[in-house]
Amino acid sequence: MPFITVALLIGIAFAIILLKKNMIKMVMGIGIMESAVNLFLITIGYREDGIAPIFTNAPEGVDMVLPTVQALTLTNIVIGVATTALMISMIMIIYKKYGTLNSDKMRRLKE
Amino acid sequence: MIGDLLTGYGFWNPLIWVVVMVIGLLFAWLVWRCGESSYDKDTEQTKPYLSGNDEPPKGDVHIRGGNMYWGFTHALKGYYDKIIPLHSGVVNDYLTWFLIGVIVIFVVVIVI
Amino acid sequence: MSLLLDNMPALLIAVSLFGAFLIPIFGRFLPKIRDPWVILVSFLASLIAVINAVTVFTKGTVVYVFGAAAGSSAASIDSGGLPFRIIFTIDGFGAFMLLSAAIVSFAVILYLVSSQKERSGKSEFYALYLLLTAGIFGMVSTGDMFNFFVFLEINSLAAAALVSYHRNGGIAVEGALKYLIVNTVGGLMVLLSIGLLYAQYDSLNMAVIASQMTWTTLNIVALVLFITALAMKAGTVPFHYATPDAYSVAPSGITALMVVASQAGLYGLFRILFTVYGGALNTVTVGWVIIILGILSMVIGVTMALPQKDVKRLLAYHAVSQTGYMLLGVGVALAVLGDPVALSAYGQTAMEGGLFHIINHALYKGLLFLAVGAVIYRTGVWNLNKLGGLGHNMKWTMIFFLIGALAIAGIPPFNGFASKLMIYESVFAFNPILSVIAMIVSILTLASFMKVFHSVFMGPKLPEFENVKEVPKLMIAGMVILTIFVIGFGLVPDLVVDSIVTPAADALLNQGSYIAAVLGGVL
Repeated sequence: MPFITVALLIGIAFAIILLKKNMIKMVMGIGIMESAVNLFLITIGYREDGIAPIFTNAPEGVDMVLPTVQALTLTNIVIGVATTALMISMIMIIYKKYGTLNSDKMRRLKE
Repeated sequence: MIGDLLTGYGFWNPLIWVVVMVIGLLFAWLVWRCGESSYDKDTEQTKPYLSGNDEPPKGDVHIRGGNMYWGFTHALKGYYDKIIPLHSGVVNDYLTWFLIGVIVIFVVVIVI
Repeated sequence: MSLLLDNMPALLIAVSLFGAFLIPIFGRFLPKIRDPWVILVSFLASLIAVINAVTVFTKGTVVYVFGAAAGSSAASIDSGGLPFRIIFTIDGFGAFMLLSAAIVSFAVILYLVSSQKERSGKSEFYALYLLLTAGIFGMVSTGDMFNFFVFLEINSLAAAALVSYHRNGGIAVEGALKYLIVNTVGGLMVLLSIGLLYAQYDSLNMAVIASQMTWTTLNIVALVLFITALAMKAGTVPFHYATPDAYSVAPSGITALMVVASQAGLYGLFRILFTVYGGALNTVTVGWVIIILGILSMVIGVTMALPQKDVKRLLAYHAVSQTGYMLLGVGVALAVLGDPVALSAYGQTAMEGGLFHIINHALYKGLLFLAVGAVIYRTGVWNLNKLGGLGHNMKWTMIFFLIGALAIAGIPPFNGFASKLMIYESVFAFNPILSVIAMIVSILTLASFMKVFHSVFMGPKLPEFENVKEVPKLMIAGMVILTIFVIGFGLVPDLVVDSIVTPAADALLNQGSYIAAVLGGVL
């Protein structure tokens, strides 16, 4: 069930990135795609009726959800923060120098 | 030390090239030695001969980089008129090509 | 001392990171030793990379487990035979890429220390540079999929920040933003594929996935996403649009290193195709997909380069075109992977040609970018319509540019000829039309470089460039290092191919030896 959500979110994210011309909206689209991939990673580790993967005082005979994917997701969240910060600071400088946020007008590097 | 590079259908040995170049440079040096060595620099003797006309200023004589290969670019105008607008500079188009690439390669790998 | 030697693969990353984090402190309190410190750290990191590469070439694949006692195997006893720590697996192909990254990064830092002297914000620049070097070294040594993704993201972020350094009224930041957006989307798609593979095989280790790989639909989706995202990082048509934008506005030394970073993306692609998927692929189809991508890159790269007026954009389009050569060579090898007769007849030579071209391209493209950067450093002009007659003033730069231009066009005795000859002859046996297209592209490459050479260096001395002098000695030292390798690899190609390229090709073609080295023949 969460996989359908992931597919929908990735579809929406691609639609935003491809169709919206405002750069801030494109950064938001990339953020949505990141959240979709994080959701996908955590869903992989889900086991039916599982508990948190902590070994101290763990009840017997119960499955645990996978902890490795949680580490992957944490790493990806941190990478996402760094990337978004860098992208937004670049957009700020472009806005100061070009005066526009429209990707159709940021075309000085063409051909 | 300089051995053969085998390519499976032949071989290439750089030593042959070095020997040929040395002989070629030797000939060039022999021809250069037979030239005129007594002349006055920076006077009438070193100016290019243009049938008696004056030499135009140096900046106009040099062919600029953008004008070379005009013939090639003009001959392939149909191809260039389609390709150059594709490199538009708009970021959204870059990612559209990514999505098109994923779908095309997926269809090719599944079907064929 | 033996502690140092045992932990060599970890020192690859540790030395560069340690140096990178100390640079802002030196820049604040002791600015005089910052420049020598950067050169020292870069030299040490390159030395460690070369030592690692030589160890791999003499002793076989090196498997290094992080966090365990030295010398223990990846499949440890207490986990029941499953490797669960992060490992570094340096085999022949990884060692080959380490060599090329080591040479280019050291030559470029010599150039950068001199060309950035009058700029501000140098501490962060050098710190990011060492981070990029650490990222490249890590990306080609790792044996773990998620570790590969982390290093991929380190590369994209550090490279994007470095590209935007000289702001130039905002145009450099525009190029960096496009590069960053494209690489971030590519990185997210790689993570999605890694997640798909993890969900099926419950392991992130490349060798464990490789030993259990089959051809199901989810694996096909993961493969397609990998091919597209990593080809986008390497600058393959039709995903190449961000590459010329980013290369043309970056500082020249940084572009030379970004070529190596893009080729590390190509390393990832070949590692996934040959080692992780291996024989489970439908090799003919996927091989032809790679060949078509290669042909498109070659042709479109070179035809877009001919009418360019910006000299660094022209060089960047040539980088796209030369990536096509590598893809063509390796694609032919992939297409005949299932056919042992054809593989030994021409597949092995095609693979060796493609791999040899990787290191040749890093060397001569680095040399060209450094030479053009020297011209821009002295004159401040990069429009070809305004340059001319600089050969009178900048003799050394002209010689280095000429050597680089002849090498990229494939003229003997430089190294470009050796790798292109191997690609032509083996691809001709596979399908003659592809080889003819490759030769036409080579002629057009020569044509466009003659255009650049004539319009920048030849001709009468122009009055506006009267006072242009030669570039400082440190920049020439960086270019000399690359020239020595360009000429050296060209004069003894058989030695280079036998000792460096053939182990790399064998390591890629032999999926079984990689798995056996990591898992110790248990699974």
